[in-house]
Amino acid sequence: MNEILKMYLAFFRIGAVTFGGGYAMLPILERDLVEKRGWTTMDELTDYFAIGQCTPGIISLNVSTFIGNKRAGIPGALAATLGFLTAPIIIILIIAAFLTNFASYSVVQHAFAGIRVCVCVLILEAVLKLWKKSVVDKFSLGLYIAIFALAVLSRFLPFSVPAAVLVIASGVLGVLFCRDNGTLNDKRRK
Amino acid sequence: MIYLRLIWEFFKTGLFSVGGGLATLPFLYEMSDKTSWFSHADIADMIAISESTPGAIGINMSTYAGYITGGVLGGILASLGLALPSYIIILLIARFLEAFSGSKYVTRAFYGLRPASIAMISAAGINVARIALINESALKAGNIGGFFLWKAIILAVLIYVGQKKLKWHPVAFIAISAVIGIVFKF
Repeated sequence: MNEILKMYLAFFRIGAVTFGGGYAMLPILERDLVEKRGWTTMDELTDYFAIGQCTPGIISLNVSTFIGNKRAGIPGALAATLGFLTAPIIIILIIAAFLTNFASYSVVQHAFAGIRVCVCVLILEAVLKLWKKSVVDKFSLGLYIAIFALAVLSRFLPFSVPAAVLVIASGVLGVLFCRDNGTLNDKRRK
Repeated sequence: MIYLRLIWEFFKTGLFSVGGGLATLPFLYEMSDKTSWFSHADIADMIAISESTPGAIGINMSTYAGYITGGVLGGILASLGLALPSYIIILLIARFLEAFSGSKYVTRAFYGLRPASIAMISAAGINVARIALINESALKAGNIGGFFLWKAIILAVLIYVGQKKLKWHPVAFIAISAVIGIVFKF
């Protein structure tokens, strides 16, 4: 029970400070859950984000469910998911009830212009950390560049490729072109 | 009755919106046309609010629509409806991965998935940077000097160096950035 409560509270905190979508929660997960509590690893988080992108639902919730489940099974997953939901629900209920023009206050706009700067630096740092373990050879580098280019340049393209399709295609390419049997996991553990 | 409909409509949205965040928008527009629980203008407001509060836009919209339609309880139930499908699906996938964790196919699939995952995270970072660090409309208007938001770029460098040296919690930097944004009118 104690474990479940801790899970709920940890994700309540994370849900309260995850500005700017699912990816922005990565640096906070790293600090709170990988470094401080040891509940998960950066490798696992990378996997959870990969799966969270090609399955239905909100990425941050998918990742929360994964971590909770890994640590404490189905009750843990429930505690993590509900914990993550609590703060956003309370905040939106307050805004809907009292502050309908919340986003148009200039103080709010300035504060969030500042927060966005911080969020992009935090994402950059998370990417640099994950890079070493995931981009391990020419194939994975090529895949990274191709997906990155498609995702960034998608607004200039005449067609749009859904993120889920890109992620699933990468998994299939991995199965087809990975020649390294069994040693991959060892390599990542180093 | 209205509570059941709220749960059902947002359950469907949660089930079919793949890729999170903005992927929920088409479903929200459709729901607005069908149920008139909220207007298209409400959705536009909610996008702005979502950028200025923690949490995903899907959760925010479900809470807001639920509140308008069925009060506080409606807001909570609509959000739970949205979260339920992904909760079930992720638990199933987690079971599958545990069962096949030794499989070389799973290992190989992740060999391709990981660089793709990081590429997506990088692209999300670029999209935030495009709003936070540069002003594309200034460039289109021929104002090259206004293209770089210098105050923001200086702050970004300071945060980067600060993170390396100080090892504070990321939330401390988020809070400081909010204060700097207000004081220096970003």
